[in-house]
Amino acid sequence: MKQGSRFWAWLVFGVGTTYFVLPLLATFEFSLRKRRGEYSFDAYRSVFGDPNFQATFTYSVVVAIFTILLGVLLVVPTAYWIRLRLPHLRPVVEFITLLPLVIPAIVIVFGYIRMFGSNSALPFLATARGADALLVIGYAVLALPYMYRAVDTGLRTIDVRTLTEAAQILGAGWTTIIARIILPNVLIAVLSGAFLSFAIVIGEFTMASLLNRPAFGPYLQNIGANTAYEPSALALISFAITWGCMSLIQILSRFAPRSANRPN
Amino acid sequence: MADSTMSQTARVSPGAPEISRVRLPLHWLGVAPFFVFALLFLILPTVGLIAGAFKNAAGDYTLDNIIALSQPKLAAAYWVSIQISLVSAVLGALIGLAMAVAVIRGGLPSWLRSATLTFSGVASNFAGVPLAFSFIATLGRLGVATILLRDIFGINIYSLGFSIFSFWGLILTYLYFQIPLMIVIITPAVDGLKKEWGEAAATLGATNWQYWRMVVIPVLWPSFLGTTVLLFANAFGAVATAYALTGPSLNIVPIQLFAQIRGDVLYNPNLGYALAFGMIVITGLANLFYILFQRRAERWLK
Repeated sequence: MKQGSRFWAWLVFGVGTTYFVLPLLATFEFSLRKRRGEYSFDAYRSVFGDPNFQATFTYSVVVAIFTILLGVLLVVPTAYWIRLRLPHLRPVVEFITLLPLVIPAIVIVFGYIRMFGSNSALPFLATARGADALLVIGYAVLALPYMYRAVDTGLRTIDVRTLTEAAQILGAGWTTIIARIILPNVLIAVLSGAFLSFAIVIGEFTMASLLNRPAFGPYLQNIGANTAYEPSALALISFAITWGCMSLIQILSRFAPRSANRPN
Repeated sequence: MADSTMSQTARVSPGAPEISRVRLPLHWLGVAPFFVFALLFLILPTVGLIAGAFKNAAGDYTLDNIIALSQPKLAAAYWVSIQISLVSAVLGALIGLAMAVAVIRGGLPSWLRSATLTFSGVASNFAGVPLAFSFIATLGRLGVATILLRDIFGINIYSLGFSIFSFWGLILTYLYFQIPLMIVIITPAVDGLKKEWGEAAATLGATNWQYWRMVVIPVLWPSFLGTTVLLFANAFGAVATAYALTGPSLNIVPIQLFAQIRGDVLYNPNLGYALAFGMIVITGLANLFYILFQRRAERWLK
């Protein structure tokens, strides 16, 4: 019986692995075929040499960095304050942070286009800078569930109340407490949330495309419609970026503290 | 009895109410930016869309837009979307569960477990345009697997009616992020199956099949159902993968909505809002069921 179940386990694992590895291998093989009759890295060379790749990728990296900054500024003080002073509001805040998983991104951005058009009270979409800002805001909303969970988990492992009281006794104000006491203590959790946000944002297509921003996602879609081998190279580059972000999160989690001295 | 009265009097200590009354407004200031942000960029835009779904062009309240969702093209879009999401969710959940059980409980080397979980974390986030590229390179008309099957095994899948741009092609692609998502979410529940239960069942003379039917399946059932509806919502809202794979031609709700936002293809903005409202209703219901099932599942995870 034991032997039989192990056979099934290997079989399931083998079939699953084939399904997951084959597309990656096939994509790699396909990406090497650009030069006729022999394997070459021409597709990668053509991608990296494309000024549009450089421009859109840089744009998306900058947007991702602003998204992370906005997410941290929004989530860290809120999660801290909820833990310290307003624990009864926790279900409300948790519910709100989970909403972006319920409302599809395409609906959120549709709402933005309707609400922040050129003739509205907050005309974000009247200028290119405004639209950039709206894209950052939209991405911060998409990343909110992950950012909040990461930071809240980080806060659970430190003794927020004692740290705050100690800082207050030493004369620290709220900004100092959050920036110099709380943030460094949950830095690993914040970085995990940041890398996950980065992985989500960097190739995002729907919001960037509908807000007409020159981001990496719409560029990918455009390349896919117009070239043969470059999409495969780009798919592997994107996979490598996602893999990199997830690996960094795993490495960081090894440094994270396991439990609080006093659970609160 | 006396003890509980003691602690009750102790809790109502004099002075405490005054302090909280004085500090109340300051309490709220700490979370004000978050609530303003959520209101402005999450709740109001969505509520605005929903309100728009119940208005006509002149701004009067009406149910016409909701009724108009039943016109053949839109009803078909919802139906195809629901089918794709449901099939990819059920298949993803079943295969994901099988893989999680195989890796955790199947007696495989333990490093395979962490490797599988890491890969699942990556693959569940590897959706969208690049994923579509990968599957076109693999199973497209000139894809590597298509050519291999044709040249080595003599099977031409395209002459057998398969296409990566079809219903089953889309499902095969969606499974690439659905299965790993299932693995990531269901692993804690599979971990929660205590060894003692298996031993207790064996002691009582249960066969392997009885153990599965009467212990494992009832315990995992709520988690399984909950995660399945979550996968359903996940597939239902996905735009980029389908758009990059099939272009604007496929008649599913997210792509219809995409085209509507781009260029008002329905010639009625309010009908567009109704289309979005329908999406929120479906993903909202799916998430509601997820929460209900999850609550039931947590009983066993404690």
